[in-house]
Amino acid sequence: MKPQSQIYQRALFDSFRKLDPRWMARNPVMFVVEIGSVLTTLLFIQALFGAGQENPAFIGAIALWLWFTVLFANFSEALAEGRGKAQADSLRAARQDTQAKKLAAPTRDAKISLTPSSDLRQGDVYLVEAGDVLPADGEVIAGVASVNESAVTGESAPVIREAGGDRSAVTGGTLILSDWLVVRVTANPGEGFLERMIAMVEGAKRQKTPNEIALNILLAAFTIIFLIVCITLLPFSIYAVNANGAGTPVTITVLVALLVCLIPTTIGGLLPAIGIAGMDRLIRRNVIALSGRAVEAAGDVDVLLLDKTGTITLGNRQAVEFIAVGNVQERELAQAAQLSSLADETPEGRSIVVLAKEKYNLRGRDGGAEGMTFIEFTAQTRMSGVDFNGTAIRKGAPDTMIQYIASSGNNVPTELNAAVERIAKNGGTPLVVAQDGKGLGVIHLKDIVKGGIKDRFAHLRKMGIKTVMITGDNPLTAAAIAAEAGVDDFLAQATPEAKLTLIRGYQTGGRLVAMTGDGTNDAPALAQADVAVAMNTGTQPAREAANMIDLDSNPTKLIEIVEIGKQLLMTRGALTTFSISNDVAKYFAIIPAAFATTYPALQALNILGLATPASAILSAVIFNALVIIALIPLALRGVPYRAVGAAQLLRDNLLIYGVGGLIAPFIGIKIIDMLLVALRLA
Amino acid sequence: MSWQILFQHAAFLFIVWLLVKPVGTFLARVFEGQPTFLDPLLRPIERAIYRVAGIDAAREMSWKVYAESFVLFGVLGTLLLFVILRVQTWLPFFDPTFLTTPLTPDLAFNTAVSFATTTTWQAYGGETTMSYTSQMLGLTAQNFLAGAAGLAVGIAFIRGLVREASATLGNFWVDVTRATLYVLLPASALVAIALVWQGVPMNFNPFIVLETLQGNEQIIAQGPVAALEAIKNLGTNGGGFFNVNGAHPYENPTLFTNWLEMLSIVVIPAALTYTFGVLSKRPLQGWVLFWIMMFLFVVGLLLTTWMEQNGNPQFVPFGVDQSMSEEQAGGNMEGKEVRFGAGGSALTATATSNGATGSYNSMHDSYMPLGGMIPLVNMLLGEIIFGGLGTGFYSIIVIALIGVFIAGLMVGRTPEYLGKPLDPTAVKFITLYTLIAPLTISFLTALAVITPMGLAGLTTNQGAHGFTEIFYGYTSSFANNGQNFAGLNANSLFYNITTALAMWAGRFGLGVLALAIAGYFAAQKCRPTTLGTLPTDSLLFAVLTIAVILIVGGLAYFPALAMGPLVEHLMLRF
Repeated sequence: MKPQSQIYQRALFDSFRKLDPRWMARNPVMFVVEIGSVLTTLLFIQALFGAGQENPAFIGAIALWLWFTVLFANFSEALAEGRGKAQADSLRAARQDTQAKKLAAPTRDAKISLTPSSDLRQGDVYLVEAGDVLPADGEVIAGVASVNESAVTGESAPVIREAGGDRSAVTGGTLILSDWLVVRVTANPGEGFLERMIAMVEGAKRQKTPNEIALNILLAAFTIIFLIVCITLLPFSIYAVNANGAGTPVTITVLVALLVCLIPTTIGGLLPAIGIAGMDRLIRRNVIALSGRAVEAAGDVDVLLLDKTGTITLGNRQAVEFIAVGNVQERELAQAAQLSSLADETPEGRSIVVLAKEKYNLRGRDGGAEGMTFIEFTAQTRMSGVDFNGTAIRKGAPDTMIQYIASSGNNVPTELNAAVERIAKNGGTPLVVAQDGKGLGVIHLKDIVKGGIKDRFAHLRKMGIKTVMITGDNPLTAAAIAAEAGVDDFLAQATPEAKLTLIRGYQTGGRLVAMTGDGTNDAPALAQADVAVAMNTGTQPAREAANMIDLDSNPTKLIEIVEIGKQLLMTRGALTTFSISNDVAKYFAIIPAAFATTYPALQALNILGLATPASAILSAVIFNALVIIALIPLALRGVPYRAVGAAQLLRDNLLIYGVGGLIAPFIGIKIIDMLLVALRLA
Repeated sequence: MSWQILFQHAAFLFIVWLLVKPVGTFLARVFEGQPTFLDPLLRPIERAIYRVAGIDAAREMSWKVYAESFVLFGVLGTLLLFVILRVQTWLPFFDPTFLTTPLTPDLAFNTAVSFATTTTWQAYGGETTMSYTSQMLGLTAQNFLAGAAGLAVGIAFIRGLVREASATLGNFWVDVTRATLYVLLPASALVAIALVWQGVPMNFNPFIVLETLQGNEQIIAQGPVAALEAIKNLGTNGGGFFNVNGAHPYENPTLFTNWLEMLSIVVIPAALTYTFGVLSKRPLQGWVLFWIMMFLFVVGLLLTTWMEQNGNPQFVPFGVDQSMSEEQAGGNMEGKEVRFGAGGSALTATATSNGATGSYNSMHDSYMPLGGMIPLVNMLLGEIIFGGLGTGFYSIIVIALIGVFIAGLMVGRTPEYLGKPLDPTAVKFITLYTLIAPLTISFLTALAVITPMGLAGLTTNQGAHGFTEIFYGYTSSFANNGQNFAGLNANSLFYNITTALAMWAGRFGLGVLALAIAGYFAAQKCRPTTLGTLPTDSLLFAVLTIAVILIVGGLAYFPALAMGPLVEHLMLRF
């Protein structure tokens, strides 16, 4: 990140550069203000030569503040872009042109030809070794290596990339720390992940999103309505002067001032900044939205599909209970379980050791002896354990173990069956422990629901969002965890097809669906979902099917993404409401002033008691310009989102931005008018 | 305000409330094609009409075909009426002695457009221009047909809101036929009989010429009044049989007929909110609209009554008694009928200005500036308050949609109404709809106030009041109301053409866009309502909608109102 002052400096410069009419024409509201600024400036020059309709100082002041209005709006946009640009610069630094070791065939020993990375095409194969920068995005087809991806993710801890499985995607611009990889290129030059990311954060290819387009249409309509008001006011005024035989018709300067005050400049000026800032908020949470549409859709999401593992539960099951059967002591069971797990490096195995230690203060090798032989889990035996001093301890899944106990010629205690069943019913995983072919008891392994997740789901429910847990578990286990975590629904024994069908079902019912995924088999569902977040650690197909990528690979972030989407829409709505409510006060300031000479009776509408017609009009214009500056922080930060129902949100925001928007300009214009009088400027 | 007047107002609105549910339910049945108690009598006639006209009643139309049929129907109606008016001299019942205003081509054109758009703006005086044939075959017939066409579009609009993934909005010809046969004809028959009972004439007699006690000659016009009188209100048309419209004792002889006629205007548009609730299966959505209308109606009614009952401040220094007493109704009585007083006049001014029905019973030109501003504002808001048979319904929904869009964003979702998303296409239609009124009214008024042809219409008043007269004229034309502020001499080539243009813009510009919105919504899928959805059936929504109606409406016209009635009011006081 560049220092703040530099961002401001660049924004200041950019706000002048953006005065280019070709750029301004993209924003109808501010384009009208710019035309008004030019017009009043010309009138000012005319007045300087003594041919003006009004005092040159007054016209000059109006012209100046109209220019400020345009510049303030441009500044807000440039400032919002600034942060992205700074980030884009650092990303660009990573995207250096390198010499790639292109391979003639997809094997490590194939002939190498040095090729500039810009010449690599989709389907080419290259080799990277320790110390190399990856020349292009691709999929690992051979090798294992540790890679520093900090250029993309900002996270400097190395990650493992290997052929096959879910960790095969590599990104151009990242650095190989050890070993080697053979990679097949998946993106042509200029289309790589880094380039797309730069384009997104820079906003270069920023396209207007549907809601932004709709709002722009509405703002343009308001602008046209007020154009009609101001254009027709001139003939109305000429009629009044003729019929009344008093005063002079309203001047062009006053009409332009009235027009600029009435058209929704506050929201019109800040609208681009709001959109860019929304993207920026995502980027700062390390989420790259590959389309602006997706950010907006996130606010509309009705259904969240959440993977159980990692999102709702901690990644791993943990042992929570030992259930001894027959006349076996629980301590005895715990000891046997611990011994059998000593060499088990899986998280489940470690949790058994920990539980035994916690419950019975059993030290690692207390009950053991020298010469232990650990039996590893294999697909054939489907159990693991330890042999020592002629004793054999085994643990494994109930069906395997029951068969093992029976084949050893022992009875399977009914208590054991009952315990297994009870655990399964409660959503746990039972592990049966046996010593020398006799059943000792059962270890209860349990999915641990993440702390605080239940509250989060309750919040989501208040926001009107339904949560659905996706799991490969059987329905019984799934139901138990779903109940504990407080999700609204679950999909058990989920297959890629089942997920796809589920999403389509919701969409047919008019709902918008968001999901996260990382595996290749998630790709179809990700492509179907309205908001699809792929983990950066995920496979290439998953990342391509998604419309957002989470660089932290944190599935819980989906909830934050939804909130950012909502915040974006709320900020637009709040500022539009504010902008339009402001107009009431401006009418009361300008109309009596504009017709002061024709209809002095209209002074009764000058309820603010503004000093003179000139000060009244100038105050309204100044307020209109300053309010843009004042609201830049809100536009960039976004309206705070709270997880409450729509009815309450609407009531609160209407009070703040609607009623507040009615009142604020009355106060602001009065204060500016008093200042102008105090400074003898009017 | 006296308790008598308040009681009169309250009783009126209570009856409206009582009728909303039964009438709304009946309308829903009629337009869903369900059996009604009138079927034994009317079903054969309906079938015969379809057979003769070659209408396939089962075939539904896309919004485009529906809109084409609607416009075509209007244009054909205009042509037919134009021809009848131009050749009335050759048709029966033409008596050149009393028909002193010639039906020039431009006046005939203006009148034809006016009646085919339910505006029924009267640039002519009925008894001095129209033969009985023209009144019956021309004007009364169009009152039915144009009214029915408006109701049909309103119903099609409701269908668009409530249908899901549908390409069609119903069949225009079926809707017009059923609106006429099942709704307007039976209701008109009932009202007309009641009016005849109260003394409204229904004859073909020649005009009566009498000598008054003072020895002057008085001509008392006659004619088939009751037939026209009933439908002019039920169809929210409003063009009277006589020049002074509802103030004429033959059109509106008693306080009871005044009530009945106002009920005829208000009840069907009010009941459409209930019909909407029935068809959308969300009764509360309909009631919210009803109470928004009721609130705005009451506010306008009370303000007008208050302004008029208070009388004219400039009379006070002369010791003129303007109070209400046994002897007199009191208040500002210029241009009002003694039998209605300020209260009955204000009720009619409110109901007719809201109702897109120009059947005034007092001269709004003579109202106090703010008292006359209320009817003007009512029309500017788009005839949304128990107004415009069918047309008022889509107007209030479109305004509400603007509120839904702006405020809906504040709950953090793409705004939606009844599950239909307000995406760019929908917003495009909605904003176009909103632009037509200020474009038409403001530009035509601007044109009139600075051209000699326009200023020539100001024969009685100048200044701010003259401005109001012109502004009122175009507003009334655009709103398809037809109320005349009087004072403005509108029978000139300039006004006949320009007001007709305003009427077309208000009728077909809005109608076609409303159908476009309906067509677009009908094709959409509904999103389910969740806690995250903006509730559109709550008190908060009603407050929001009222604020949008007043602020958005006010912003577009505040300068014009300031240059007209507001400044006139201020000059009168200070």
